[in-house]
Amino acid sequence: MKKAIIGRKIGMTQIFTDNGTVIPVTVVEAGPCVVLQKKTIETDGYEALQLAFGEVKERRMTKPLKGHYDKNSVEYKKVIREFKLDDYASYETGQLIQADVFEAGERVDISGTSKGKGFQGVIKRHNQSRGPMAHGSKYHRRPGSMGASSSPSRVFKGKKLPGQMGNKNVTAVNLEVVKVDVENNVLLIKGAVPGIRGALITIKSSVKA
Amino acid sequence: MDIIKKIQLENMKAEPPKFNVGDTVKVHVKVIEGKKERIQIFEGIVLKRQNGGVGETFTVRKISSGFGVERTFLIHSPKIEKVDVVRRGKVRRAKLNYLRDRVGKSAKVKEKRA
Repeated sequence: MKKAIIGRKIGMTQIFTDNGTVIPVTVVEAGPCVVLQKKTIETDGYEALQLAFGEVKERRMTKPLKGHYDKNSVEYKKVIREFKLDDYASYETGQLIQADVFEAGERVDISGTSKGKGFQGVIKRHNQSRGPMAHGSKYHRRPGSMGASSSPSRVFKGKKLPGQMGNKNVTAVNLEVVKVDVENNVLLIKGAVPGIRGALITIKSSVKA
Repeated sequence: MDIIKKIQLENMKAEPPKFNVGDTVKVHVKVIEGKKERIQIFEGIVLKRQNGGVGETFTVRKISSGFGVERTFLIHSPKIEKVDVVRRGKVRRAKLNYLRDRVGKSAKVKEKRA
């Protein structure tokens, strides 16, 4: 991973390019993040950067967390996330990471918790088709065959069945950064991003790039 | 939400063209052919205006060699050079979809006189 930042989804809108084409964009608040801790092989067994993001009231902080922040003399933040970055050595604790680590035109992956859809059937959850609604058919929205009979005489794991849909971690891959606004710490990302408005997301350099 | 409003304002025209539903307008559209850019004019009656903000659109209907032709434009698109109002229409509703079912004289919109 080359670069990473923690952010918040603000919402969607559309912008015009100079030649008049419309681009649908998601507005993402990206950073500023602070390097809270550098994890090293000697002390932690692996190398990673711990980034902190977001405002928090002091009374919401627990004593152990406060201790962790105070030890590295970093201002209190709301969330902590860890990233394994390639140029790990070039960062120092207390360093500020802002939206300008990304450039317009760059490709990024964005992870977040998707919108919860509740307990859903196979038609919505797995894009299966329904059975006939009429002509004596009594098989409408059910999941179909469970598989073969006496051998294996069980249902295979991973069989597509009804269940909880959404509200899980999802990564949208290879999204284009349309614009970077360092002043407001805002990135404009082409297309949709997982999660509700205000959802916490992590933005990383794309694995596809 | 304020940041979104700001971005939307940046992408909107400071002075959007002024016209109403029922007006006969000339829409000056920029067309890029190869490397050349020219202006194409689409003249007709404004059927409706939809949505608001950056995504606001309007639909213009004209009869072209016997066929009804409708085009929908984004008001704030840089492709729309300008919109000239040729004739102001007197209408009593916001969506003139009924014009689609009419031919000839009944498909006309009365002129609004000041």
